Amino acid sequence: MSGWINHLTITPIVIPLLAGTLMLLIGERRRPFKAAIGIASALLQLAAAILLLLLADGAIGGTDAAAVRVYRLGDWPSLFGIVLVLDRLSALMLVLTGVLGFAALVFSLAHWQRAGAHFHPLFQFQLMGLNGAFLTGDLFNLFVFFEVMLVASYGLLLHGSGQRRVQAGLHYIAVNLLASSLFLIGVAMLYGVTGTLNLADMARKLGQIPAADRGLLHAGVAVLGIAFVTKAAVWPLNFWLLPAYTAASPPAAAMFAIMTKVGFYAVLRIWTLFFPTDNVDTFLFGADALVWLGLATLAFGTIGVWGAQRLDRVVAFSLIVSSGTLLAAAGFDVPALTAGALYYLLGSTLAASAIFMLIELLERSRLPGEDPAFLEVPREGEPFMAPARSPLDANLDDDEQALIGRAVPAPLVFLSLSFAACALVTAGLPPFSGFLAKTVMLTALLGRYGIEGASAPADVSAWMLLTLLILSGLASMIALVRLGIRYLWTPQGRPRPTLQLIECVPIAMLVTLCIGLLVGASPVLRFTQAAAETLLRPEHYIEAVMSARPVASPSSLIAAP
Amino acid sequence: MELILALGIGALTGSGVWLLLRPRTFQVIMGLSLLSYAVNLFIFSTGGLRTGAAPVLERGMAGDLALHADPVPQSLVLTAIVIGFATTALFLVLLLAARGLTGTDHVDGKEQER
Repeated sequence: MSGWINHLTITPIVIPLLAGTLMLLIGERRRPFKAAIGIASALLQLAAAILLLLLADGAIGGTDAAAVRVYRLGDWPSLFGIVLVLDRLSALMLVLTGVLGFAALVFSLAHWQRAGAHFHPLFQFQLMGLNGAFLTGDLFNLFVFFEVMLVASYGLLLHGSGQRRVQAGLHYIAVNLLASSLFLIGVAMLYGVTGTLNLADMARKLGQIPAADRGLLHAGVAVLGIAFVTKAAVWPLNFWLLPAYTAASPPAAAMFAIMTKVGFYAVLRIWTLFFPTDNVDTFLFGADALVWLGLATLAFGTIGVWGAQRLDRVVAFSLIVSSGTLLAAAGFDVPALTAGALYYLLGSTLAASAIFMLIELLERSRLPGEDPAFLEVPREGEPFMAPARSPLDANLDDDEQALIGRAVPAPLVFLSLSFAACALVTAGLPPFSGFLAKTVMLTALLGRYGIEGASAPADVSAWMLLTLLILSGLASMIALVRLGIRYLWTPQGRPRPTLQLIECVPIAMLVTLCIGLLVGASPVLRFTQAAAETLLRPEHYIEAVMSARPVASPSSLIAAP
Repeated sequence: MELILALGIGALTGSGVWLLLRPRTFQVIMGLSLLSYAVNLFIFSTGGLRTGAAPVLERGMAGDLALHADPVPQSLVLTAIVIGFATTALFLVLLLAARGLTGTDHVDGKEQER
């Protein structure tokens, strides 16, 4: 196995670690230099993530290619050392992190990086935590990377300071510290039952656990699950999300869009690994809980989106909707449904991130001194039915109406088009990827349950997911169209928003990627399908980790496992 | 010994949860600290309790878990202590910032109306 390909797996962790540490040594005054390091590091991570994606998919690497790649730190045997494991799912999440990290970092260059100290190192450590959480194959390391990610996110949430951020941060940190305690309790219980922390080894030993200890095992997994779903913003543990995400500065909020997905990733990884379909003893433990929690979250988010009057709240609720959708879809344990959910994850995360950045640009056209909540009060009856007031400087025709045909300023065109694209992705309407993702999920639901197949008792939840998926799309559409009209159509006589090129580039990049997801739907869907199938057959994962042996080491020194 | 440890963990957890639900930020931070002590003790207990055993290895004896204490929970506790210490310090700073910005130590930033 050639050296660089083998070591590529750890680069998404090492690059931000080095970049962030280097930045700490550089004074706060040399911000352009820090920004340059940050951008270079984000670009390198993205490149490494794309290479890893291709490797995991077997597109490059030739004979070295394998669906599950294992990297042993310090070349210790898997059972003694720490392993990083790369499969299709983690590679996909790495690429998503890389894209969002690059976009948010470029956006922050416009002016947010100057709003407080240590923005750039915190951002790098956040990326390191995210990448590490996606790569690690060890339960305790997962905890460590979660903490790295969370501690950096506490700093990023407070970036820019102000009473609202500090207030939201206080609740956010308290909730996350509590969730981390639960995480540790879960880890300790699982270690007590299985005697290992390696995920693959643990999954292998689950079948041999005596019946007397099985209650302890299930309790441990459930406590661990509570910690994860708190981070995935699942109802009723998601009350922290709204204040925190709406108070965060736009680049930080754009990055936070993926943080709820980390919780989902952890649930999906551990649940599919520990409770595969073919294991009779532990057959799909907790599947019902996942489905019903997901459905409740989906319903909660749908109502929230419907009622929210401000764009930041709508996006925050739509993140809750996507968490609910993902969890419920994954809980059915059907490859086609999980594949659709992963495809949905890509589009919805990109769109949510783009809207978090758009909010700031849209708010910029607000008149000075105007109430920030001016959009909440419908003035003069229905907002878009109000009689059009002629702009003061317009040419008037015979009926004292403004002549039609005024040029729309270019920034407004950009904002409108990006907003429309993101709204369509979020709501799941054609022609964007959200529509295709929901179609895939609905088809999978109908294919297994309902119309053709024999009805099973589990049908209620399947039909509920079907209904809620459609309803949540409707609610998002209503909320986003309403806000689009208020932000972009009805305002009159406002100063045209001034945009910097560097703010438009990341948004345009994310929107283009949303379109790219649709144009390249066939390979992407094939990839997510393969990822879902790898997930649902964990024996490859276990086999790959267990069979990994030191590259060069006297075998006589190693006790046979 | 098991009973004492279990009672200790239970008392710490109970008082931690109670303090966590109190309305003053200082009570919350004390609650989180007590809770993290309880968790640390809990992790420690998963390795099995033993008196007078060698911490890792003893000269001339085979490395067997039946003879010495399990080192993995100890290292886990060490990591958990470090991380918990750092986050508690961060929370403390935030507590002071919130106190300065809002003028009250209520967790919601304003006193409850009665």
